[in-house]
Amino acid sequence: MIGLPILSLTIFLPLVGAVLIFLIRGEPEIVARNARNVALWTSLFTFALSLLLWVGFDTTTADFQFAEQAPWIAGYNINYHLGVDGISLFFILLTTFLTPLCVLVSWQAITDRVKEYMIAFLVMETMMVGVFSALDFVLFYLFFEGTLIPMFLIIGVWGGPRRVYSAFKFFLFTLLGSVLFLLAILTIYFHTGTTDIPTLMGADFPVEMQRWLWLAFFASFAVKVPMWPVHTWLPDAHVEAPTAGSMVLAGVLLKFGGYGFLRFSLPMLPEATAFFTPMIYTLSVVAIIYTSLVALAQEDMKKLIAYSSVAHMGFVTIGIFTLNTQGIEGAILVMLSHGVVSAALFFTVGVLYDRMHSRLIASYGGLVHRMPVYAFMFMLFMLASVGLPGTSGFVGEFLTLAGAYQANTLVAALATTGVILGAAYMLWLYRRVVFGELTNEQLKDILDLNPREVAIYASMAVVVMVLGIYPEAFLSVIRVSVENLIVQAGGGLDGALTVALAAE
Amino acid sequence: MAAVPALMPVLAEMLLAVAGMALLLFGVFRGDRATRLIAWLTVAVFGAAFLAVVGPASAPGAALEGLFVVDRFAVFMKTLVLIGAALTLIMSLGYIRRENMERFEFPVLMLFATLGMLMMISANDLIALYMGLELQSLALYVVAAFRRDSLRSTEAGLKYFVLGALASGMLLYGCSLVYGFTGTTRFEVLADLFGPGGAGVSTGVVVGMVFIAAGLAFKVSAVPFHMWTPDVYEGAPTPVAAFFSVAPKIAAVALLLRVMAQPFGDLVAQWQQIVVFISIASMLLGSFAALAQTNIKRLMAYSSIGHIGFALLGLAAGTTEGVRGVILYMAIYLAMNVGCWGCILAMRRQERMVEGIDDLAGLARTNPLMALAMGIFMFSMAGIPPLAGFFAKLYVFLAVIEAGMYTLAVIGVLSSVVAAVYYLRIVKIMYFDEEGDPFDSPVGGELTFIMAGSGLFVLLFFVYPTPLVRGAQAAAAALFP
Repeated sequence: MIGLPILSLTIFLPLVGAVLIFLIRGEPEIVARNARNVALWTSLFTFALSLLLWVGFDTTTADFQFAEQAPWIAGYNINYHLGVDGISLFFILLTTFLTPLCVLVSWQAITDRVKEYMIAFLVMETMMVGVFSALDFVLFYLFFEGTLIPMFLIIGVWGGPRRVYSAFKFFLFTLLGSVLFLLAILTIYFHTGTTDIPTLMGADFPVEMQRWLWLAFFASFAVKVPMWPVHTWLPDAHVEAPTAGSMVLAGVLLKFGGYGFLRFSLPMLPEATAFFTPMIYTLSVVAIIYTSLVALAQEDMKKLIAYSSVAHMGFVTIGIFTLNTQGIEGAILVMLSHGVVSAALFFTVGVLYDRMHSRLIASYGGLVHRMPVYAFMFMLFMLASVGLPGTSGFVGEFLTLAGAYQANTLVAALATTGVILGAAYMLWLYRRVVFGELTNEQLKDILDLNPREVAIYASMAVVVMVLGIYPEAFLSVIRVSVENLIVQAGGGLDGALTVALAAE
Repeated sequence: MAAVPALMPVLAEMLLAVAGMALLLFGVFRGDRATRLIAWLTVAVFGAAFLAVVGPASAPGAALEGLFVVDRFAVFMKTLVLIGAALTLIMSLGYIRRENMERFEFPVLMLFATLGMLMMISANDLIALYMGLELQSLALYVVAAFRRDSLRSTEAGLKYFVLGALASGMLLYGCSLVYGFTGTTRFEVLADLFGPGGAGVSTGVVVGMVFIAAGLAFKVSAVPFHMWTPDVYEGAPTPVAAFFSVAPKIAAVALLLRVMAQPFGDLVAQWQQIVVFISIASMLLGSFAALAQTNIKRLMAYSSIGHIGFALLGLAAGTTEGVRGVILYMAIYLAMNVGCWGCILAMRRQERMVEGIDDLAGLARTNPLMALAMGIFMFSMAGIPPLAGFFAKLYVFLAVIEAGMYTLAVIGVLSSVVAAVYYLRIVKIMYFDEEGDPFDSPVGGELTFIMAGSGLFVLLFFVYPTPLVRGAQAAAAALFP
């Protein structure tokens, strides 16, 4: 595997699959079947390829590995530069892991324009892997914004009744944040003469400029995370998106925000990060408590899970800005765990929706009598979402809160109430949907999971359990990069202290 | 015996002029039956002129007593104009045949308009500037009203003529003021006068320059001189509107760049605020006014106003990088617009053109490839990466940021978000809405070729942007000696 550009292959293989699907001609039935198969095998092969990254990863260095560099826009010092470190590796794996599952989830649920649907998902995968491996700002932005096009179409074409409104809201919220981010990139480019991310991590910006740049970054990432109060696109987008669309949206797209903070805001703008940390804490705590309360009041299952996503992302932003090892490692684990768990929960809703065409909690009840396997799987992921020890959710939240206690006790105490509220809304949801009497006549002959659905659940369950029982397998990869990141961001803290002392 | 004047730099223009007159004679003898042949001959002449522009006539130099200049900038912009003119003429062939517009004057007028544009681009003197501009405009007035029996078309032609004549008058008045206060019409002499060690700038010159800028702003349809654009685009025959939105616009932008950068290059402080204003006003008006349109041609008119606003951002920066951004923007704008108008020309139902945006409903089902092409153009115009339109905006904003004009940049990106709404609306209508009746098929070989070609260019531009960027760089450098 020496010399093989694994990263580029991982990025562009799905695109090759998309082109193949594009070329399929013939009877609609056959086209749909072939499109599904090509999409599944392409994404599975991509996943296998991306596992090579993990196998070949050197956990002793914080440098970017599997680096590839080629001139792209000549004369501008803008290059095609790729690489992974401990922070980005698992996000790439998360993406390649979820995409085949999304294809499988849509196997029977999507019957209309299957070919275009599969193309959209494969293009999406290319863009998402690209985001996590790009080491050049312009390249990053290209992939980052590029996800908008397929996602817009996925929500708008295959979505629910209010899909147009949701698709536009999703697109415009994200675009509005991103264009400011683009201006920040250009400003950085003219200040330093480069868009190379590793180089810029050591760059030194004037404090005043850092604050503006930080706010521009924040405009983009806060919408993506999403942080309160710019989270309102998320429930709409989730409710209307098809199941697989919600899975990839919650599973991967939301991670762009956290990843952006980790990759750009912290190491490049340390003084501004320190300056704005109280704001992040405030917004995160509000997000956790407010959206948890909102989740309690939801009648639509998808909306409830969407709001719980916002609350979980509140833990992520707190963890990132604690600037200590536990906090940041916890934040990364929460993101990974949430990536799988929320995807599984959206799938859980999708399973019911495919059968009953209703997402309302009130339509269900007593499912355990007819669907025991489903009830078990739902319970597993519900508990993982709540943060039961032994599941992935626990490790991440525990580390995040441990980090937060060191940074700010009040924030940690308030955030912990989110854990309690989280348990309340998830357990209550489970109680209302799964337990109780089976009163709805239509539910009397609902079928339990089929083998395809069991396979999807099982693969996600394995990840959730491994993450929960032996997180070290992941943490050992992340650790060196996180420590390096803390040095980069902490150097800023000392710097800010010096500035403050000098000012006195 | 006087030496033979060096005519090599004007080779392409001479070719066009001679061919234009020959084709006119040919048409008079053969009548309207020969229109198709003449049209293809015109395309061939454009091809020959293209070869002349990039070949023997590409060496920098001046001709015709210095009235006419060739540099890398002129070469680059002329190739864009010739490509735009040739493609729009090819696109119009099917249309003029179906709509009983098949008169031999049509391609000949397009040819003369193009000749005027090439002269504008190479003008090195206020008189030469006016000559080129008027040749172009007079031909275009006629083409706009080419469907004599259509009320809308004649109205468009008349409106374009009256407002265009007003703008020409302003331009000429500005030229005469500049001449009156400086005693020259030559660009180099003007540049020396305003430069360090020159005679300095009097108020009269500034007033003259403002009039010239206003006249040119009319030609590029920048706010507040944009009022004619939606009406003319809507009323003129569709291929003519396509032509208007591409070739004359590129030529007028080229002229604006040259006038601002060369004779008035040292008056940046004076003209910058004008350009900043018209740029902001064009972006905002283009974005907001397009939101409410129901006719796709009107929408394209407002879209082109908005695009001019974005392109002029680069000029507002007042630097070489800015001019490079404008040049690149126009090149990508050409590709997007030609493709987009190709799609619009393919919107026919039961042998009739339809122009409503709602007529595109469900195109993704009835004609997926055309919907895909149109979708690519719309996302590109909205500036979403990785499509070409993103790079167009990127380079312009790069220059604005470099010039430290952050407020301008923020206004620019915010209006691009507003503009994204109406481009997305078209995608929404094509992809999300229930299908209507399908359009007539097949759409014709020429249109398919143009849609596919420009679609691929826009889609794959990001893979290897270097040649075009280098070309624009060299062109911009030539403007700033």
